[in-house]
Amino acid sequence: MATQHSRSAARFMMAPAVILLLGWMLVPLVMTLYFSFKKYLPLRGGDLGWVGFENYVRFVTSSSFWPSVYTTLIIVGGVLAITICLGIVLALLLDQPMWGQGIVRILVIAPFFVMPTVSALVWKNMFMDPNYGLFAYLWKFFGAEPIQWMSQASIQSIIMIVSWQWLPFATLILLTAIQSLDGEQLEASEMDGASALKRFWYIILPHLARAITVVLLIQTIFLLSIFAEIFVTTGGAFGSKTLSYLIFQRVLESQNIGLGSAGGVYAIILANIVAIFLMRIVGKNLDN
Amino acid sequence: MGRIVLDKVVKRFGDVEVIPPLDLTIEEGEFTVFVGPSGCGKSTLLRLIAGLEDVSDGAIQIDGQDATALPPAQRRLAMVFQSYALYPHMSVRKNIAFPLKMAGLPKEEQDRRVAAAAAALNLNDYLDRRPGQLSGGQRQRVAIGRAIVREPSAFLFDEPLSNLDAALRVGMRLEISELHKRLNTTMVYVTHDQVEAMTMADKIVVLHAGVIEQVGSPLELYHEPRNLFVAGFIGSPKMNFMTGTEATSRGAHTIGVRPEHITASFDSGAWKGRVGVSEHLGSDTFLHVLDTGLAESITVRVDGEFSARHGDTVWLTPIEDKIHRFDEKGDRK
Ligand SMILES: Nc1ncnc2c1ncn2[C@@H]1O[C@H](COP(=O)(O)OP(=O)(O)OP(=O)(O)O)[C@@H](O)[C@H]1O
Ligand SMILES: [Mg+2]
Repeated sequence: MATQHSRSAARFMMAPAVILLLGWMLVPLVMTLYFSFKKYLPLRGGDLGWVGFENYVRFVTSSSFWPSVYTTLIIVGGVLAITICLGIVLALLLDQPMWGQGIVRILVIAPFFVMPTVSALVWKNMFMDPNYGLFAYLWKFFGAEPIQWMSQASIQSIIMIVSWQWLPFATLILLTAIQSLDGEQLEASEMDGASALKRFWYIILPHLARAITVVLLIQTIFLLSIFAEIFVTTGGAFGSKTLSYLIFQRVLESQNIGLGSAGGVYAIILANIVAIFLMRIVGKNLDN
Repeated sequence: MGRIVLDKVVKRFGDVEVIPPLDLTIEEGEFTVFVGPSGCGKSTLLRLIAGLEDVSDGAIQIDGQDATALPPAQRRLAMVFQSYALYPHMSVRKNIAFPLKMAGLPKEEQDRRVAAAAAALNLNDYLDRRPGQLSGGQRQRVAIGRAIVREPSAFLFDEPLSNLDAALRVGMRLEISELHKRLNTTMVYVTHDQVEAMTMADKIVVLHAGVIEQVGSPLELYHEPRNLFVAGFIGSPKMNFMTGTEATSRGAHTIGVRPEHITASFDSGAWKGRVGVSEHLGSDTFLHVLDTGLAESITVRVDGEFSARHGDTVWLTPIEDKIHRFDEKGDRK
């Protein structure tokens, strides 16, 4: 197969894809870097020249920087914890033989097909509205004061909405992993005297380690950049401003492209730090 | 310890009755082998005893105690699966110790028993490896190790050697027999390899479509098969069956002669035929003799020196008192 000829042919045929991807990645990256060293205010004079690291310093020293990093990590961590725990429970339940299995499985996947903007709006208006949301009725039914979700529990609300969106993904991946577990292993452990709980802990959970890793990695990548859910619910108020939201505000609301670009570079660095950490924890799980 | 009694046990999957009412007693310390063609219900029967399947009807007693509704863990039985079912993420040591850990034994006792099992099964060098890093034979030994540390009242084996190559199979066969002699614990062993059945068993149970055709010692089954099915199933190569005048003249509907109970000669004999394929094993040769007018082909065992070529004419003579007679229903007369 790997003759000289076939290898050069392969290179030739892969070239368009590689070049396209490189351009796709490199152009925005280089432009971000370029603008991050400039004072660039499109509505207030445009390009005002090079400023060195001033944008970087300003971005970090701004009072909203560290809270936004913190919020980002809380939201990502919270959603990961909820989706993985509930995902395992749901996957275990869906694995049981039951009536109407096919339909139930489709229903479980459904939230994944709802656009983030739509689902966040539905949650905000139908469930979490303090006057006529379903939760408000529920609270009133029990005689409690309805929660002002968006202001009193903004981060929790966002975590809830995003978890709802990502739970199907986690469930699906974990379900396929559970289904690939050799039934004889479970039977053997049953004969070895393991109770249902111990079978879960010693047999099923280790078997799921790899799938959990995959869910963790993929979700983190997407969760670091959630935006629509914040934009349509709190609009970044009440401590729900993530790093990506902060960058958006700097660029579009303050019309400061240089400052936003510096933030973008920080976001890239943060994402890479998280990725390296995850790879470390997870790498052990993936290779064996 | 280790007497298992099946009393009118029935197993149905939906509407399909896989095992019609079946009675069987497995005595203490006995090595019992279930044999039968594929799909006859051997594994199902074993899983019923293990408690991995519920009986549809009837009762199972273990050591005089009704075990029909007991969960698998409380039956004090250990099972070795065909796929070994080792826990892939645990080291060999942890695999073997798993049942002890589940039973809540103290750590020192666990270590002691694991060490003893590892020594008995030659696993000392592999204790810290994962199952994925072992050969088939080693995995098999780990599975057996995991079974013996619990000191169960009986062992259940479901075709444990079928994934091994021929040489290893012979070795493991001896090891399991050796283990049985040493532990003197009841063993129930499922196989469709009749060499395994004949060499290892104290008692063979021949199953056919969920029904027990015959229970007996290997030699009983060989010398006095109760019906055509057992006669054809036990013995390799298969017994030759003939109907027609040869049978009626001996007062039977069907007669059967084993290949080793027929002599062949180039000069004279009872039946004349033409040599088809001959299979040379070195010590013996199996001749497939055609055109005898008695059966499509008659298999004969001759000495390895007997030099018959394809197409040669041979004369066959059965040893008269080794002929098995069966009636119309296929039962032994
Ligand atoms: N879970 C099940 N549901 C329905 N039918 C089953 C089930 N398990 C086994 N059977 C049927 O029961 C019969 C006996 O199966 P079993 O596995 O006991 O055969 P076996 O004698 O072990 O065969 P083999 O030598 O191929 O392992 C088969 O006809 C099989 O199709
Ligand atoms: Mg089987």
